[in-house]
Amino acid sequence: MTYKKYISKIKKNKIIIHLSQIAIFILFITIWQILANKNYINTFITSSPKNILITILNLYRQNNLLFHIWITIKEVLISFIITSFLSIFIATILYNYKILYKILDPYITLFNSLPKVALGPIIIIWIGANIKSIITISVLISIIVSIQTIYNGFENTDPLKIKLLKTFNANKKDILFNCVIPSNKSVILSTLKINISMCLIGVITGEFLTSKAGIGYLILYGSQVFNLNLVMSGIILLMIISYVMYNIILYISKR
Amino acid sequence: MNLIKILNLSKSYYSINEETKAINNITFDIDNNFTGIIGPSGCGKSSILNIISNQDKDYEGKIIKKENLKIGYMLQEDALFPWLNIYENSILGLKISKSLNDDNIKYVVHLLKKYGLYEFKDKYPNELSGGMKQRVALIRTLAIKPDILLLDEPFSALDYQTRLKVCDDVYKIIKEENKAVVIVTHDVSEAISFCDKVIVLTKRPASIKNIYNINYINKNTPTQNRKTIEFQKYFDLIWSDIEK
Repeated sequence: MTYKKYISKIKKNKIIIHLSQIAIFILFITIWQILANKNYINTFITSSPKNILITILNLYRQNNLLFHIWITIKEVLISFIITSFLSIFIATILYNYKILYKILDPYITLFNSLPKVALGPIIIIWIGANIKSIITISVLISIIVSIQTIYNGFENTDPLKIKLLKTFNANKKDILFNCVIPSNKSVILSTLKINISMCLIGVITGEFLTSKAGIGYLILYGSQVFNLNLVMSGIILLMIISYVMYNIILYISKR
Repeated sequence: MNLIKILNLSKSYYSINEETKAINNITFDIDNNFTGIIGPSGCGKSSILNIISNQDKDYEGKIIKKENLKIGYMLQEDALFPWLNIYENSILGLKISKSLNDDNIKYVVHLLKKYGLYEFKDKYPNELSGGMKQRVALIRTLAIKPDILLLDEPFSALDYQTRLKVCDDVYKIIKEENKAVVIVTHDVSEAISFCDKVIVLTKRPASIKNIYNINYINKNTPTQNRKTIEFQKYFDLIWSDIEK
């Protein structure tokens, strides 16, 4: 096999993958729409691509759709920033004071296994039915895993590199900033990628519990008035939002 | 004048279940030349270096160092930081020990130029060969201008051919820069070809079995020394020591 052939084979493969991905999407939408048109499925329950499109357009024209999207994105970004900073900070402290980690370990495990949604009602009572509660729930949902991932990354830093710095009389701060954090750059970046998805989950959970606006609010409202078109539209919008946000983080982390 | 005097050094390691004696009452001097410490794997050789370099302060006995003795340490692997380029790696020790000034930077640049690494200064470690990486690691150690270098199995991560070459390379550089050396190795031939004095340790707990002064009529690089009759003689002597 020549080099040229090899390259063209790779290119061909890539094209096949992309085309198949697009084909699946189109096929899914088309079948859904056809089944709806022929009344094989009940569009009252399943909605249809056409109805979803109309609903989204109406939301845009009459119900300030962009405002709802913005609210959700704002909540996600705020909780993402809080989670990320806080988890790096806490992981750093735990790494530097191992005794503290050992003491807190059972409580971290306990808190991690607790479904954070269960705390929702308490948080709403304590903080109030507002955006702060939603952000708090979102941070609680994403932070523990984030701390644990970063902490484990720190723990797995090459001991030889740390020893090397110690031979130059490095203190804890030197080791942290010159070795532990830089060598865990990829761990931190992949944690950020997970965080953005986790925060979206948290925000929607929060919006389901208490909200006056946002995509979660639209979905909840849609289900309460049994408007499945609205529910489906919300889900589609969420997919788009999460896909776009994930790719933005991916793009930033690659640079 | 000895650079370091080691008197009645003992060292134990503890675990919940037991106490393991690693070093048992050893005494020797380190002079301003090349000292080799050999012994079976896990006999506590590296512990001695950790103690000399002040990494480990938990021991019995006495270590007397010449006043203001500066110690450089070279580890088992090059331990270059992959996210730093060659220049940044070379000055890492200076940066950490807070002695990054114009004079020292000039010295590092001088070393990089002298040992053929200056043109690679903006490259990253993964773009260099194993031998070159080892040279960078050596320059990083030399940058802090130590009086004595501690080498802990410095070539053990390299394949045999590279190992011989790098050994020569490192030998020449250290001789050129006029430093004293303590090298720890389990390779008898490496110790004999590299050092002026070889200390043979027993199995754990390590005590001193024998100390040999290595003399060659025409002292040369390690690879050349390996070809001499004296090398063979010392090898047989030390080998029988270890076998006993």
